[in-house]
Amino acid sequence: MTSSDTSIKTLCFHCGDNIVTEPLIVDDKLFCCAGCKGVYQILAQNNLCSYYNYNSSPGEKKSYTEQHLEYLNEPGIFSKLVDYTDEKRTLITFYIPAIHCSSCLWLLEHLHKIHPAVAHSRVDFLKKQVEITFDHHELPLKSLVEILISIGYEPLISLQDIVKDKSNAVNRELILKIAVSGFCMGNVMLFSFPEYLGLSSLEHQFQTLFGWLNLAFASVATFYCSRDFFVSAWGSLKNKVINLDTPLALIVAVLFMRSAYEIISGAGPGFSDTLTGLVFLLLMGRWVKQRTYNHISFNRDYRSYFPVAVTLLNEEGIEVPVPINDLEIGARILVRNNEIVPADSILMKGTGCFDFSFVTGESQPQSKVLGEIIYAGGRQIGEAIELEVVKPVSQSYLTRLWNNEAFKRSDQSKIKNFNDTIAQYFSLAVIAIALVSAGFWWYMGDTSKGWDAFSSVLIVACPCVLALSTPLTLSTVLGIFDRNDFYLKNTDVVEQLARIDTVVFDKTGTISCPETNNLTFSGELTLFEGSLVSSVARNSSHPLSRQITKWLDGKDYLKADSYREIPGKGISAFFDRHEVLMGSRSFVSPQALSLSNASTVHVRIDGQYKGYFKINQKWRTSLKDLIVSLKVQYRLHVISGDHSDEKKDLMEVFPEYVPMLFNQSPQDKLEYVQKLQVDQNVVMMLGDGLNDAGALRQSDLGVAVTDNINNFTPGSDAILKGSAMGKLPQFISQAKSAVLIIKCSFMIATIYNLIGVFFAVQGRLYPLTAAILMPMSTITIIILTNLANRYFAKKYRLR
Amino acid sequence: MNILYFLIGTSVIMALLFLAAFFWALKNGQHDDMYTPAVRMLFDDDKPEEEKAEVKE
Repeated sequence: MTSSDTSIKTLCFHCGDNIVTEPLIVDDKLFCCAGCKGVYQILAQNNLCSYYNYNSSPGEKKSYTEQHLEYLNEPGIFSKLVDYTDEKRTLITFYIPAIHCSSCLWLLEHLHKIHPAVAHSRVDFLKKQVEITFDHHELPLKSLVEILISIGYEPLISLQDIVKDKSNAVNRELILKIAVSGFCMGNVMLFSFPEYLGLSSLEHQFQTLFGWLNLAFASVATFYCSRDFFVSAWGSLKNKVINLDTPLALIVAVLFMRSAYEIISGAGPGFSDTLTGLVFLLLMGRWVKQRTYNHISFNRDYRSYFPVAVTLLNEEGIEVPVPINDLEIGARILVRNNEIVPADSILMKGTGCFDFSFVTGESQPQSKVLGEIIYAGGRQIGEAIELEVVKPVSQSYLTRLWNNEAFKRSDQSKIKNFNDTIAQYFSLAVIAIALVSAGFWWYMGDTSKGWDAFSSVLIVACPCVLALSTPLTLSTVLGIFDRNDFYLKNTDVVEQLARIDTVVFDKTGTISCPETNNLTFSGELTLFEGSLVSSVARNSSHPLSRQITKWLDGKDYLKADSYREIPGKGISAFFDRHEVLMGSRSFVSPQALSLSNASTVHVRIDGQYKGYFKINQKWRTSLKDLIVSLKVQYRLHVISGDHSDEKKDLMEVFPEYVPMLFNQSPQDKLEYVQKLQVDQNVVMMLGDGLNDAGALRQSDLGVAVTDNINNFTPGSDAILKGSAMGKLPQFISQAKSAVLIIKCSFMIATIYNLIGVFFAVQGRLYPLTAAILMPMSTITIIILTNLANRYFAKKYRLR
Repeated sequence: MNILYFLIGTSVIMALLFLAAFFWALKNGQHDDMYTPAVRMLFDDDKPEEEKAEVKE
């Protein structure tokens, strides 16, 4: 019954999957399905078989679904999708999730062999993007996409990808600034070196020259490289708060002014070396913090789930593709099998059977009758239907969730991080010390020494360690998490993770494993009947049918004489005098009472009731251990959009006192999290679907759980691979340790600063002391944070 | 020792040239994708004899 029965395993040449049925053979190569064979044939025709040389079985299995791509030739949509177009050529960038190996790279860069109208194609491997230059007169966009689909690289075209954020440009500017500040630092160090060693009388003639050169470099570092610090500091002062950039900007300003004064008046060498070094290190800290994942998107919303265009039926009944945003109330639209309903609408024609799994979390498809309202986000299963739109896309039941204020809140308004909190006290303390020491020297009548002490204190008490050690520590943690399949949006999330005390779980897809459902059959099936059932189920694309096929793996395949699928009800088929009925209870045996027990498939063969398949959701393997270790320290909650049938099973895993809520709408989930937060809980929400999007956004730390990180995940702060869920307690411990490390490094930095301040208040801070103290403390901190992070990672058994 | 003025000037100008070269490379997008070129260079050139390969249906 299971796959272990298949003793000889043959692998598909294209995708490397086990071939369970009769293999298809072309050129002495075995293929598991027509799809794989088709791709091979296209490649062979175009002399592209090197594709298979770089990696064995590089292809990915694609279930064939009919695509309606007419919309790609609509000028309005076309111009939104392409990057550039003129008479002769068009440039477009596609996101292709299937890119995973060097073979993919090779094939996608040889597209010109498949169609000569492709002039050039270039892959960005990490971003999983391909940039294609082609002639759109010879090869319309639709045909180009069809070529990509035919070779197994379906581009992902969604509304959100049209609006690409230009984060790259920001990053480039930062790198430019780092380069310039590094350049300034290197040169200033060179020209300051004679000063450190002490100048002989002969060399004194150079002192002025070196001084002016240093000042030139220092002004570049101040006015160009550290511009962002001034802007940010000014912005925060206007809002009457002090962030970490405020003291940094103050120090850079003081350093520059004092250096300029000393050099212009010829009083001394100035602090150009400290200034440029500081700016360079600070910018490095910023850069480390900006580290992002190219291939993961944390900001997806409903738009990425929705198609770019829908098929509109105009007055004459002709199908016209229109962009989804142009959809008006009263429009007649056509929704085919497997397409998503884009807006709340009324069913006008056809039998509707909708899979709302990613809207509500409810796993069972719902059938709808004519005149019923269909909420946006449902996926039609079965025949093509006609709908009349009653609400615009942005006002629909599902998308209204994004109008909630939780989505309008900017990321910054979540709890303040350690740095910004400490920066306030730090700045005030430093300014106080500076004023006191200046006041002391003035009182003593030594005005110049007063000025000296004032500026020296500000210079030496630099919180640069905070600006550097925090991003370094946190980005190391990010790297550790990354290797363990836990991806955080940015470094602030680590601090957030250390702070949580409440964990809210979504059920479907989050703690239950969507792939390995537990199928059981109640009743008896002979071997022959088994193959009958398997052959029927194989013909259907319904998710339940597919699971039954998988479960009855390896049965003989019989060809049905007649086959009829009634969407939302079941399948009837005839095999050489045998009649097979499969489907819902009411469909299989109409006289029986219709029990609304979800996820069952009943079977009747030749008028005789044989039993039913039941799908039990299986919990993720690590769930039990996870709950055992989490329940000690954290308050747990379960909210589910699904029915409460499995409450009993859940009780086995979760302790009794854990609150469990069922039949929760996306809005309910959001409000539940909000309620918890009002009660002073710091909430971490684990969810998977669009139905959790509101709760994920509202929570203090939203974690999207997924089995394939390239899949769609709703907007969240972090993405956790399902298999790594058991490590969650270790992740939290590591985050807590990271915060501890930051605090320790702050202590060490304070000690260095106190030494510096000791000289500074006496007005005896020489440029050399500053130039030695600052790198010393920085190096100590970098080494310490690195070692400590590694130690903790080892302790928590995180690779 | 006056030669030092010339040497310092030269060194600064040379450093500026290198900085300009880096600017050019960055603006040109050479740092945008740090991974793919490393893979791309390992591909073989197309073999001309493969051209005659026929496909059997």
